[in-house]
Amino acid sequence: MTDTLLEVKGLKKYFNTPRGQLHAVDDVSFTIERGKTLGIVGESGCGKSTTGRAILRLLEPTAGEIIFEGQNIEELSDNTMREMRRDMQIIFQDPFSSLNPRKTVSQTIMEPMQIFNLYNSKEECMEHVLHLMELVGLAERLVNTYPHELDGGRRQRIGIARALALEPKFIVCDEPVSALDVSIQAQILNLMKELQNQLGLTYMFITHDLSVVNHFSDDIGVMYLGKLIEKAPADELFEHPMHPYTQALLSAIPVPDIHYKTERVLLKGEITSPIEPPKACRFAARCRYATEQCHNEDPEFREVTPGHFVSCLRLGEF
Amino acid sequence: MEQKDVLLDIKDLVVEFRTDDGVTHALNHLDLQINKGETLGLVGETGAGKTTTGLSILKLVPSPPGVTVQGSIMFDGEDIREQSEKVMMTLRGSEISMIFQDPMTSLNPVHVIEDQIAEVYEYHQKVSHEKAVEKAHEILELVGIPADRGKEYPHQFSGGMKQRVVIAIALAGNPRLLIADEPTTALDVTIQAQVLEMMKDLRNKFGTSMLMITHDLGIVADICDKVSIIYAGHVVEHGNLEDIFDHTRHPYTEGLFNSLPNLNDRKAMLKPIRGLMPDPTQLPPGCPFAPRCDYAMDCCSKSKPKRVYRNDEHYVECHLYNEQNIKEGGVINRD
Amino acid sequence: MANTGNSSVSDLQKKYKKSGMSRQVWRRFKRNKTAMLGLIIITLIVIMAVIAPLIYDYNEDVIKQNIKEKLQAPSAKHILGTDHVGRDVLARIIWGARASVFIGLAAVALAFIVGGALGSIAGYYGGRVDGIIMRIMDIFLAIPGTLFAITLMAALGKSIPNLVIALTISTIPGFARIVRSSVLIVRDVDYIEAAKAIGCKNSRIIFQHVLPNSLAPVIVHTTLSVATVILTIAGLSYLGLGISAPMPEWGQMLAEARNYIINPKYTYLTLFPGLSIMITILALNLLGDGLRDALDPRLK
Repeated sequence: MTDTLLEVKGLKKYFNTPRGQLHAVDDVSFTIERGKTLGIVGESGCGKSTTGRAILRLLEPTAGEIIFEGQNIEELSDNTMREMRRDMQIIFQDPFSSLNPRKTVSQTIMEPMQIFNLYNSKEECMEHVLHLMELVGLAERLVNTYPHELDGGRRQRIGIARALALEPKFIVCDEPVSALDVSIQAQILNLMKELQNQLGLTYMFITHDLSVVNHFSDDIGVMYLGKLIEKAPADELFEHPMHPYTQALLSAIPVPDIHYKTERVLLKGEITSPIEPPKACRFAARCRYATEQCHNEDPEFREVTPGHFVSCLRLGEF
Repeated sequence: MEQKDVLLDIKDLVVEFRTDDGVTHALNHLDLQINKGETLGLVGETGAGKTTTGLSILKLVPSPPGVTVQGSIMFDGEDIREQSEKVMMTLRGSEISMIFQDPMTSLNPVHVIEDQIAEVYEYHQKVSHEKAVEKAHEILELVGIPADRGKEYPHQFSGGMKQRVVIAIALAGNPRLLIADEPTTALDVTIQAQVLEMMKDLRNKFGTSMLMITHDLGIVADICDKVSIIYAGHVVEHGNLEDIFDHTRHPYTEGLFNSLPNLNDRKAMLKPIRGLMPDPTQLPPGCPFAPRCDYAMDCCSKSKPKRVYRNDEHYVECHLYNEQNIKEGGVINRD
Repeated sequence: MANTGNSSVSDLQKKYKKSGMSRQVWRRFKRNKTAMLGLIIITLIVIMAVIAPLIYDYNEDVIKQNIKEKLQAPSAKHILGTDHVGRDVLARIIWGARASVFIGLAAVALAFIVGGALGSIAGYYGGRVDGIIMRIMDIFLAIPGTLFAITLMAALGKSIPNLVIALTISTIPGFARIVRSSVLIVRDVDYIEAAKAIGCKNSRIIFQHVLPNSLAPVIVHTTLSVATVILTIAGLSYLGLGISAPMPEWGQMLAEARNYIINPKYTYLTLFPGLSIMITILALNLLGDGLRDALDPRLK
C-alpha cells in the first residue's frame, strides 16, 4: 500500500578538517512516500542541509544508499545523474545568493529547459516560462528584471519556478522561508502547498523552525549532530515527543499566545564536537537524563510505536 | 500612572535618509513610550524602521544620509536630540545600551572578552583595570559564563555564548534602558530560549527598562509588557500584551498573527498579508497599510487615520474604528 | 495572463526593458568625476592612436630625418619642437601612442585569455590542478615583471611579436591569481550549486555562472595591467630592447633625448614624451579606481 519515492539507507557524509574527520551526517536512514512531505528539523550544524545536498549528490556522500524510484542513484555515472536531476530539484534558503545576479528572471527560469532541450524553439520555452511565472505568482512584467531589483519573496518565487521548470517529482526545500518576513513567509508556504497538491510533488522540507515544519509536513525527522534521533508522523511527534532533545526543542518554541504557558526545558552544557565524535549518544552531554551508559554506548534508532522511531537508551525510564 | 514614570518618550519623530536615489522615509511621526522597569516590544517587518528607532535613541543614525527632520526623544526628561556628542558618549553604555542582532560582529576579535567587558567599567565608572576585570568576572557569572573563560577570545565561544558576552557588555554600565535589536534572531531555538530566560532574570534583578525590537510575536508574548506595532516607520497599534494579543484591532496586526503557522491546528491554511511593504521612498498618501488591507475603504488611501483609544493604553490608527465601535470588538475579531 | 503563443521573446523584450547591471555600474561610474576624467583621457589617447595615419604620414612626418630643422624649440610649425635629427616631436608622440596602446592592449588581452583560463580552471576545480597551476604561476611571480620581460627579450630577440609575447608571459600570472581568487569566492555561492542541481555541465557553469560574476575585480586589474604594460614597453624601449628606431615610442624617444637631458634648452625633448607616459598611466589608474568603486556593490 505504501508507495515509496525515496529511500535513504545509512547515509554518511564526512568532511576532512585539519582537526580530524567531521561527521556532518552519520548513518541516517529514512523513506519518503510519494506526494508526502518529510520535514527535517534541527539546529545549525546538525547536518540537515548536508543531508539534503547529499541526497541530490550535490555533495558526494561518504557512504550509504540513496534509492530513488527503485534506483540507487549513488551508482549512476555523472551523465546519468544529470538526467536524474530532472526528477530531483532543490529550493534554496537564501533567495539573494541562489540566483545568478547577471541573469534576468526569464533567463534563470529558462536555463534548465535549455539544458535538457525540453522545447523546440525559444518561443515555446518562453511560453513555459510565462506559464511557470503565473503558477508561482510572478507578474509577466517582471520577465526581464534582474534579481537585485526584486524583494526576497519574489526572488524566492523565481527559485521555485526554476526548480519546477523540469517538472520534477521530488524537491528538497532547504529552509525556503527562513530568510523572509512573516507575512511573505506565509505567502510562500501557501504557494508551496498549493503546488504540491496541484502537481503531486514530494517534498523534503529542511528547516530550523518547528512551527513551520509542523504546519507543512506529514512526517517529521529531528536531527542532532549528524544523527536522526527521532522520526514520527507530525501530530504524533508534537503530541508525544520521546527524545529528550525533541522535548527541549518543542518547549523552546516561542508561542505567540499570552495564555499558553509551558514548562521550558532549558538545555545545559556545551554541544559535543562533530569532529571525531565519541561512540556515545551525541546528546548525552546536554541531556538531563543521561547516565553512565549514555556516554559509552551509541543508541540504536528503533521503532517504538508504529511509525515512531527514536534513538535513546533511556526511553521509557523518565 | 504611566505619566509619572516615563523613562523614554519619543514624540512625532521623523527620520529620513537622503541619497541620490531619493528620500527614504524611515520614520514617519513615530511615537513611543517606555516606562521605568517596563519592557516594550517593537514589532514589525524588515524595513519598518525598527533599527532606525533604536539608533535614533542612541543618536547613532548614520549621517549623512540620515536626517532627523522633527520630533523629540525625551530620555528621563531631557531631549536626546539636543545633547552634544560628548554627553551622548557618556550616556551610551552607562544610561542606554544596545544589543545588536549579530553577536559575531559586535565583539572585537583581537581582545579577550574580560578586557572588552572591563573597558566599560574603566570608561564609565573610572575604576582601575584590576577592579574592572573583577567586576567583569562578576557579570560573566551573571550571564551564565564561568569567570575563568574571561581569558578567551570571542572565536572560542559559540553563538549563544557570544550573545551572552554582548549582553554582559551591555549590562556592565548598569543602564536604565536596554535596547535589544533582534537579540536572538541569529541563534538556535534552544539557545534562544536560554538567552531569553537569562534576559528576563537580569531585567527583573536590575529593574532595567527594555526596548525589545523583534519580528517574532512569540518572543513578545514571552518577555514584553507592552507592544507597539510599527509599519512603514509609524506605530499603528499599541497596547498591553493582553490588548494586542486578545483584542487585536489593526488589520496589519491581525495579518501578522494570521501569517503564523498555528501549532494547535496544523492543517489550517495560512492567511498571509497580500502584497509587499510600500516603497519607503514613495509612501502612499493615506494609511500606509491601505494598499495591502482587506478592509480598505475609499478614505484609507486619501487621509491618514486618527488615533482611537480603546482604553488608557491601547490605541489604534485605522479608519475602521471610532470611539464607539473600538470598545465593542470592532470590525476585526480574532477570538 | 497573456501567455498565448503570440507573445514572442522579442515582443516581451521590447515591452519590458531590462535595466541591467551594466547600466547601474555606468550610473555609479558617471558620478565619479576623476574616473570620468580618466576615461575621457584614455578615449582621446586611443582615438589619437587610431587616427594617427590621417594626421601625419609615417614616412614623411614621423621617420624622415631632416637635419636642417633639428633641435628646434616648439613653434607654430612644430608645436612641440623637433628632435636631434629634425623629426616633429608631436608627430612622433602621436604615432608613439600606437605602439603603446596597441602592443599594450594586445599583450593584456592575450594575458587576460590565458591567465583567465588558467585561473578559472585552478579556482573551479581546486585540489591538485590548482596546486600545479598556481605553483608554476608563483615561479613567474617570483621574478620582477620588467626584469622577466628584459630576459625574455634578450633571449627571443628584438621584434614586435616577441615583445608582445614577453609582455604577455609576464602579465599572465597576475591574471591567473586574480581570476582564481574571484572564482573561489563565487564558486561556493548558492547559485553555482543551483546550476549543478538543474544539470549544468562544468563548462557551462564556468562560462555562464562563475566567470560573469567574477569579472569585476578582473576588469579593474585589466586597466591597471594595461598601465603596467605600457610602462614596461617604455622601459624596455628606453633600454633599447623594445621598439627600435626609427619607429617612435615614448620610452624610446626618452632614450634618444638622453644626451640632451642636461641642457635646459632642450627640456621639451624629454618633457613631452615623459608627460605622455605619465598622463596615460595616471588616466588608466583613475579609470581603474573608478571602475572598482562603480563595480563594488557595497557602495551601491
